[in-house]
Amino acid sequence: MEQARNDHVLVDTDEVLLEIRDLKTHFFMDQGVVHALEGVDFTVNRGQTIGLVGESGCGKSVTARSILSIVPPPGRVVQGEILFHRAPTADRPGETVDMAQLNPKGSLARSIRGGDISMVFQEPMTSLSPVHTIGAQIIEAISLHRDCSQEEATEITVEMLRRVNLPQPEGVLKRYPHELSGGMRQRVMIAMALSCQPSLLIADEPTTALDVTTQAQILTLMQELQEEFGMAIIFITHDLGVIAQMVDYVVVMYLGEVVEMADVNSIFYDPKHPYTRSLLHSIPKLGRKSVEGLTSRLTAIHGVVPDPYSIPKGCPYHPRCHDAVRGVCDTDNPTLHTLPGDHKVRCVLYDD
Amino acid sequence: MLLYIIRRILFMIPTLAAISILSFAIIQLPPGDFLTSYAAQLAQEGDLVDEEELEALAQRYGLGQPVYVQYWKWIKGIATKGDWGQSMEWQKPVAELIWERLALTVVLSMSALLVSWFIAIPIGVYSATNQYSILDYSMTAFSFIGLGVPGFLLALIILYLAHSQLNMNVGGLFSEEYMLAPWSWAKIMDMLAHIWVPMFIVAISSTAGNIRITRANLLDELNKPYVETARAKGVKETKLIWKYPVRVAMNPFFSTVGWSLASLISGTTLVAMVLSLQTTGPMLLRSLTAQDMYLAGTFLFMLSTLTIIGTLISDVLLAIVDPRIRLEQ
Repeated sequence: MEQARNDHVLVDTDEVLLEIRDLKTHFFMDQGVVHALEGVDFTVNRGQTIGLVGESGCGKSVTARSILSIVPPPGRVVQGEILFHRAPTADRPGETVDMAQLNPKGSLARSIRGGDISMVFQEPMTSLSPVHTIGAQIIEAISLHRDCSQEEATEITVEMLRRVNLPQPEGVLKRYPHELSGGMRQRVMIAMALSCQPSLLIADEPTTALDVTTQAQILTLMQELQEEFGMAIIFITHDLGVIAQMVDYVVVMYLGEVVEMADVNSIFYDPKHPYTRSLLHSIPKLGRKSVEGLTSRLTAIHGVVPDPYSIPKGCPYHPRCHDAVRGVCDTDNPTLHTLPGDHKVRCVLYDD
Repeated sequence: MLLYIIRRILFMIPTLAAISILSFAIIQLPPGDFLTSYAAQLAQEGDLVDEEELEALAQRYGLGQPVYVQYWKWIKGIATKGDWGQSMEWQKPVAELIWERLALTVVLSMSALLVSWFIAIPIGVYSATNQYSILDYSMTAFSFIGLGVPGFLLALIILYLAHSQLNMNVGGLFSEEYMLAPWSWAKIMDMLAHIWVPMFIVAISSTAGNIRITRANLLDELNKPYVETARAKGVKETKLIWKYPVRVAMNPFFSTVGWSLASLISGTTLVAMVLSLQTTGPMLLRSLTAQDMYLAGTFLFMLSTLTIIGTLISDVLLAIVDPRIRLEQ
């Protein structure tokens, strides 16, 4: 009971950076309403790295866009709170802002976006404007959020480009995105995202479009930068290998709901939810036998993600679940249980 | 960049030479020449055809000579003396005939072009950013009507309405007293007073088309990741739209400048005939039907030159606005 009351307060209130409570984001399409997020709760502490994991279409990216209040139409946050605890600055005291209540185009939302919370996107090839120089695009971000002259902004930009290990940062300033490789562009995106020293960085599959070597370099760079700047990171990925390397705490999502969350060791060594277990079983590993113990074939998760217009009744995962209990799992969606060690899971198997 | 432009200009010389030969040959393709159509016209009007006069004319214009001799005489005149030959129908040097008309055409078409861009781009941007709104639907309806109604029909309707309802004559670019008068400040003011109706009619269909182009291009760009990046930076929405996706969506306009230059001369022929505008379109048409070969040849030559220059301008403009297609760094 004590545990349940403290659901949203993980360590200390001063340490909490972002609290998401019962967040629902729906897309109002011509064909019907897509419930992209159906009540998401989690908390991010200052300096913490959270991993958001799940298959395509589970709502990872929509969560990120909801936090920034840039959900593309016809999508809209319909319920819940996104409480962002803004650190105090010289001009104003610390404040708590509910991003879900803000006018997305208003000045407060815009000053948080890019200033306090910034984002690195999945596609470095297309995420930068093709007709503006790298320098112009980063300087724009700095000028929007920091009180400084054009020259100072240029200096900060060069410094940031140097910081993300781009060779000849002064030269990169004048270059256009198409003149850089994918890895270099992602470094530019990271430099841009960190140029205003945000307290939260959302990285939406930042390495998915890159080759493995570049991926490793970018991940190492992000870890270094986190140590230096001390921002919290929400790392969105479907790559559990990246999760193991990067994050402290894992949130597993399935069809717009959080199905399990725990610290990274608990998730990898003691997964509770059948979906998390299946995810972990589907990672290829040298020398590992399959569940049956005989062949060395990789186990895939049975079935596909359901059609978003016809979510199954009860637990959304039950049609694909090996442990589904007939008459229970297909009637009611279980609530999130808190197990010892602050391990939360949404599954009837852990009903008292 | 400069080297590239110089190289392109040098390449234009052989292209133009080839085009001039081709257009001269095409003019000669129909059976007969100016004299046969002149004789036919005289006969039709019931006049006697004076064989001796025809003979004299043939002598004067060198019509009996082989085509390549005629071509050589014409092109040598242009290259050495700036002499574009004689118009047989008008009995005047071609150069005297076309410059004033050319200037009027350029003024009219350029202003129509600019007006159409200034109207079409904001409307197109609004339509795309407020897709499926009432105003978007009304603009779409207007665009399709504008595209569907031919300019000459619109010209006829406006002429009729102005005449029957307002008792005004909106045809022509000048009042009667200035029609043949030499250029003066008063004549320019007179033209400015008259140019609105023709400009509006010429602009309307291209405006409609440009609205559609802007809307479609911008809709393609609006969902690109770089727009989301800018939004995530906290850029103000209006500024964001104009600075990023609109900027990219404008590229096709720059690549069409090439054709617009050539269509300056020939594009508005029907409207110009209905409104009796002293532009190049009707004169080009008349010279082709009358086989007035030096006049027609000059027009075709001008058209091709403008197309080539226009293409070069397009390429250079595109290279300026879109860094992805620049050749060298």
